[in-house]
Formats: sequence, structure tokens, C-alpha cells
Amino acid sequence: MSSQDIPEENLPAEQDHAHGAVGVADEENPFADPGLPPHEHRIQDIDERAAKRSERVVALLFTVSMLATVGFIVSYVTIPHDKNIFVFPIGHISALNFALGLTLGVALFCIGAGAVHWARTLMSDVEVADERHPIEAAPEVRAKVHADFRQGAKESALGRRKLIRGTMFGALALVPLSGVMLLRDLGPLPGTSLRHTLWAKGKRLVNMNTNQPLRPEDVAVGSLTFAKPDGLEETDEEFQNELAKAALMIVRLQPDNIKDKRELNWSHDGIVAFSKICTHVGCPISLYEQQTHHVLCPCHQSTFDLSDGARVIFGPAGHALPQLRIGVDSEGYLQALGDFEEPVGPAFWERG
Amino acid sequence: MSTAANETARSRGQAPAGERIADWADGRLGIYSLAKANMRKIFPDHWSFMLGEVCMYSFIIIILTGVYLTLFFHPSMNEVVYHGSYVPLQGQMMSEAFNSTLHISFDVRGGLLVRQIHHWAALIFLAGMFVHMMRVFFTGAFRKPREINWLFGFLLFVLGMFTGFTGYSLPDDLLSGTGVRFMEGAILSVPIVGTYLSYFLFGGQFPGHDFVARFYSIHILLLPGIMLGLMVAHLILVFYHKHTQFAGPGKSNNNVVGMPLLPVYMAKAGGFFFLVFGVIAAIAAVAQINPIWAIGPYRVDQVSTGAQPDWYMGFAEGLIRFMPGWEINFWGHTLVLGVFIPLVLFPLVLAAIAVYPFIESWVTGDKREHHILDRPRNAPTRTAFGVAWVTIYMITLVGGGNDLWATHFHLSINAVTWFVRIFFFVGPVIAFLVTKRICLGLQRRDRDKVLHGRETGIIKRLPHGEFIEVHEPLSQEQLHTLTAHDQYQPAEIGPTVDENGVERKVKAAERLRVKLSNAYYGEDNQIPKPSVEEYREITSGHGHH
Repeated sequence: MSSQDIPEENLPAEQDHAHGAVGVADEENPFADPGLPPHEHRIQDIDERAAKRSERVVALLFTVSMLATVGFIVSYVTIPHDKNIFVFPIGHISALNFALGLTLGVALFCIGAGAVHWARTLMSDVEVADERHPIEAAPEVRAKVHADFRQGAKESALGRRKLIRGTMFGALALVPLSGVMLLRDLGPLPGTSLRHTLWAKGKRLVNMNTNQPLRPEDVAVGSLTFAKPDGLEETDEEFQNELAKAALMIVRLQPDNIKDKRELNWSHDGIVAFSKICTHVGCPISLYEQQTHHVLCPCHQSTFDLSDGARVIFGPAGHALPQLRIGVDSEGYLQALGDFEEPVGPAFWERG
Repeated sequence: MSTAANETARSRGQAPAGERIADWADGRLGIYSLAKANMRKIFPDHWSFMLGEVCMYSFIIIILTGVYLTLFFHPSMNEVVYHGSYVPLQGQMMSEAFNSTLHISFDVRGGLLVRQIHHWAALIFLAGMFVHMMRVFFTGAFRKPREINWLFGFLLFVLGMFTGFTGYSLPDDLLSGTGVRFMEGAILSVPIVGTYLSYFLFGGQFPGHDFVARFYSIHILLLPGIMLGLMVAHLILVFYHKHTQFAGPGKSNNNVVGMPLLPVYMAKAGGFFFLVFGVIAAIAAVAQINPIWAIGPYRVDQVSTGAQPDWYMGFAEGLIRFMPGWEINFWGHTLVLGVFIPLVLFPLVLAAIAVYPFIESWVTGDKREHHILDRPRNAPTRTAFGVAWVTIYMITLVGGGNDLWATHFHLSINAVTWFVRIFFFVGPVIAFLVTKRICLGLQRRDRDKVLHGRETGIIKRLPHGEFIEVHEPLSQEQLHTLTAHDQYQPAEIGPTVDENGVERKVKAAERLRVKLSNAYYGEDNQIPKPSVEEYREITSGHGHH
């Protein structure tokens, strides 16, 4: 769209034709610009004593700043870094942080306050007008630049020598590919790693807090227990990566409260084990409401019904929490009867 | 050597030391030409022009304190056992990043202060940019010739969000780790390439051993480097375009009225840096921020309730919280719309405000430079659009804290979420309509003030018993200020038949433009400002109010 498309009368008229600061009241136009109002003197402009007072205020502010800096250094040297003090109404806070912050704050603020007070009371407050000039170049400059460019383009023969142009753009387009290739080793390919966890047939469920294998009698009705696979230790190199997939949430329900048939089949004596990792974006779920058997993810409030296959009953999660099939081994410990049947955690393209 | 040259040489040789240094620099850098244009450059005065300064100064404060923090911070995810002076965490496993952040907070004297200044300044920087952007938007300061600077500022805001996010993720604490996990889950939702992007970003499975080091180089080098460049360009353009000003006596589109850089603005703006720094230091002294020792190191299987990102990420958080969990499974693939749609909406919401200046200039077809700011009421449709946008932003921000709204105001979390779901769509429409009505009302009031004068509140009883309120006519300054704004006429579809009777096809874009133009400037969409004739007609009948 060019400016030719807009009829001139649709644009508002220019408000000001004259520039220059002071206009004269216009008899014809009551809305005309009367020009800059006359300068009004401040008390400091006419009374030297007031000006002196301002000077003293500015000097006082700068002096307070100097004292505050001294205070900062003294605080730094004298206050032990583990000392806490009670400050009303904040409470117990680090004395050193409090002292350093306030002295630094005062030292900086007073410099600023002094400078601003100086500018406002003692420097000239006469308003001045500067002219603006259009940013667009004059037509002859524009013509010259265009001519220069055409001349340069012609001399380069870029338009005529098609072979050079094509190969040059080809080379320039290809060369960044090397940079893209170099990013390849930022990480391994996902493969099927998101589908597998440490859980396998016979792997015992270990209580996250006590680090002891769980027996069914350790899990009371209405309690919520977190578990990890046997053998995964905090000191392991891949502890966090494995736990991010294997973390388990165990609750015990009355078997006749379990509505979902598969859930009942995969449970042991009312004990059900679900992935602790939310299927929305991967937060660990940790709020359990024992009356309703709902669990709530505290991050985005997805709510799952653990008595009904952990289906989503509210919130942004897209599918139920995966369940781990559990049983009891010969020594009476809870064990997994296999890995999760579906990927745990947030959904992704290859999940299917 | 000519006499003139001799004289210059002599006068330069005898000058005081300061002048001689300036001469020396001028001979090499040409500083005098630069100073000629800028040393006494005029800056207009208005409180809202200070908002951009808050951003600039907090950015400088962030850089200063950030450099200090890099001297002590270890961007490593190696697990170590804590042996520092914070007793409750003694003997715990944690990453070196978390360990060194504890070290900064408890064992480096003043380290906690610098950390808190850094974090508070970041929050203020982002808040400052948001409010500054709104100031520019609602006063129409984005119009030609400043559209590019608007985009620079917008980019600074977006990059600031990501710099903030990568920054608060560095301590590897439980809260920020939860945020990083959310980001990983969101990346996984991207169709086709999501898992690959996630594995490349995290160096494999989440959380891996790399993201702190990678976020570190993004946070301290890549993004701030770009931002510093953008900020310099932003300021150069402010100088080059000269500052905008509000209409008023003596102020026109062809001048800029105010006080000179040297000395007034040097002192005011320079002093303001210290004011901002001083206030942030005092906040950091008394207001705790991100107490990572109370939150604990990140563990993938742990989380706390009430987890919230820093405020500027809150609207992204809101989008993901109120979205229903739609998932489509087909041919062995999953389209995670419940996460992917918010991920797409996030840049779209931001882009809506970024492209607005170009839409408005297309509708008006105005190619002139604008240096006089609009009062928001005088651009009702623009103002209404801006308020609608802010409404979307604020409603998603509420959605981002839906759990806190529920717990603090004893509401049902489901009700809060449903409120956000509905008002994400309804809220901006209501805001648009209400704002437009308010603007038109204010325009009518201005019109009345110009034509009938100011209501004095003095009631006069006339001899025949009638009561009238005395209206005081406005001064010429006030009349000028209230009538100085531009008013566009709505565009029309030009003649569809040319002089030879040949029919012209009206393009859809032209139809749309005319429609929009009428919505902006048509009857009932702006109140015509009083004309001189109307004013004369009313004021000539003396004695009547």
C-alpha cells in the first residue's frame, strides 16, 4: 500500500505550521498554540538564601552517603556472617545482610537524591525548544544513493553473471550446515529410552525414606508411600535420571473400593503402585486425599483417581498415571512383576 | 603554515588541561561533532519517561552484580556432600551449583546481598519493561519513526524473560528444578522433533548432567550479550529520533521542548541510577528472595506446594494450567495438544502486541512522523485493544497462580481454573468494550470542557429564580492542549468504476482495511473534537453557559 492510496482529505491537517517556540495568541483561531508559557522563577532563582539552603541540603545528602559507605565497611569487618537479629516486622534475619544492604542502599540513594535535588533547585529550569528535522533524506540525496547503488551493482556484474550469483548463494546457504552438524553431539538420540525404567520382574520395592524393602504389612490403608527400585542408590551416577522415570507412589485401598478391573488385577491385597511422575509435564505428584483416593499434582493441579485406574478427573493432564504390576516374592517383600507397560511421565510424539 | 592554523595551534596549546585532553580526543575520535549534537540535547519532562530509565538502570545493576556472582558460582551438576555453615543441610547430597549458591549465601560476606540485589533487580527489570512498553503503547509512541525501536524493546522484554528463567534455574534448587522439568515436558510435546530437542538440550534424559552448565553460558553470555547490543541500539535510536512529548503550549510535532542533557538530565538521569540502585539494595537488605536453603536441592521425585515461577513467567504457567488435557493418538504417535497449544499460544500472545504498530499504520495509511504523544482517550480503539491484551495477560497470570488464589481466598481450585478458562476468551472482549466506552466518555468530557468551559461548582441564582452553574472558560493553553490531537476520517472504498466505466475489482485486503478504519474512526468510534466554528457559535452568545 502506498501513500497514494489515501485521499489527502482523510488525513488530519497538520497542527502546526510555524515552528519556533513562542507563538502569538491568534485572533482567528482560539485553539492556536499560544507558545511556550513564560518562565516562572523558583525561590532559589530569586533568593540567594534559599539557594544556599538547597546547596546545604545537597551537601548533606552527599555527606550522609559518605558516612553510609563508612558504615558499610565497618559492618563488613565487624559483623559475623552467621549472626541473626530480630527486626520488626520482618523477623529474624541475617544481621550482616541487613547492615550491608541498608548502608549500601543509603549510600547510593543519597547520591541520587543529592544529584536530583541539585538539578531541580539549582540548575536552570528554563525550558528550551529544539527543532526536529525530518528523518527522510532529501530527494537529491535519495537519488544519489540509488544511483551509487545501481552503479556499484552494475560494476559487480552480479546481475549479469548468473553463474557466480547462483554458486555464491549456494555456498553461503550451505556453509551454516556445518554449524548445525556440530550441534548433533549435544545429546544422544532418544531411541526407546523414554519407554523403559529400572523396574523389572522380581525387582523389590524399596521405601524411599527408610531405604528398606517394603512388605505388604508396612503399607497401611490410607497411607501414601514413595518407593524406588531395589539397587538404585543416591550416590549412583545416574540416580536422578533413573529416579525421574522409576519413582513410585504406593497406596493401600480396600480391594472392594477399586473400581477398575485391571487395577485390581495388578494390585496386591489392595496395594496399588502408580508412577509418581505426572503425565502432564512431569512434576512428582505428592498430594493424596485418602477419603476420595484422589492424588493432586501440586504444580498444575492435575487430579487423578487412584481407585479408578488413576484416570484424570481434573486439570491439564492428558492421560492416566501408568500402573506398575506388583506382587510378593518368596520372602514376603513387595516386588514388581515387570516394567511399566507404557512410558511414564509427560506424553511425547513417539509415545503412541 | 597559515596564520589561521597557527592561531588554532596556539589557542589549543594554551588551553587548560581538560580542554587539551578533549582536543586530543577530538583529533582522534571526532568527539566535538558528536558533542555538538548531543551535549545540550533537549529532553522533555514527564514522569512516565522515567520508566524506561528504571529498566536501563536495573539492567546495569544486574550486569554488575551478575559479574560478581560468577566469581563464586560453580555451574556444575556434579553431586557433592554439603559441609558448609548452614547446619540443616549438613551431609546432604546436592549439585555443586546448589552447593556454591549456599556458599555465596552463607559464607561469602555480602554474597547474599548481591544475590538478592541481582534477583530483585531482575524482577524489577522485567516489570519495568512491561510498564514501559505499556506507556509506549497507550500513548502511541510506537508510531513512525519509532516502529523499529518498539521491536527492539519488545525483543528485550522477551529475551529478558528467558534470561531470567535460565538465571533462576542455575542454583539447581527444588523450585527451579521443577520449572526446568515443566520446560522439558513442554518441549517433549512438540510434534515429531520434541524428544530430540529435549535430548539435545539436556544432553540426554532429564535431568542429565549438563543443563546447569548450558543454561549458565546462555544466561551469562549469549542472551545478555544480545540484550546489551539491543539496549545500545534502543538508546541510540532514542537519541536519534529525539524524545516524544505530550501536546501543550509551545510543543509541536516539529520541536522538542524540555531541558538540556548537560547539566539537568545528566544530574537527574545520572542521579536516578543511584536512586534505583539504592532502593533495590535496601529491598535486598530487608526482603528475602529465593531462599534456596529453605527450598532444598533439586530431586526429581520431590516437589513443594505453591510452586510458582518468577512473575514474568506466570502467564506461560497460566496457559499450561488452564488448558484441558487434550491428547490425540494416531498411527502410533501422540499429539499432545494439552501442552503444545499453550506452548504455541505463549509466543502468539506476545506477538499480538508486537505487531500492533504495523497493523495500525496499515489501517490509518498514515506515513507521517509522529512525535506528539496521544492521550489514551484520544485513540479509543487502540487503547481498548491494549487493555484487552493486558486483560488476557493478567487473566493467564491469575491462572498461573490458581493454587494460590484458591488457598489464599478459600476458593475451589476447579472454580478458579474454570473462571480462567472462560475469561481467557470473555475477559478481553468485555475489557475492550468497557475501555472504549470510557475513552469515548472522556473524549466527550474534553469536548464539553472546550466548548462550555470548566465547571466551577459555583451555583448562581438569576434574578428570575433560575439556578445556573458558572462555567469558567479555559485558557488558550488549555484549549490548545485539548484540541491538539489528530483525528482521522474513516477510509472509504474508492470509486469501483473508473472514468471509462470499467469496473475495478476491490481486493479483500482493501475491504478489510476500510472495515477496520471505520471501526477505528467511524461515527460513534471517536468523538469529533470541537471545531473553531462550534466554539465561536457557543461563546458568542454571552452570558449563556
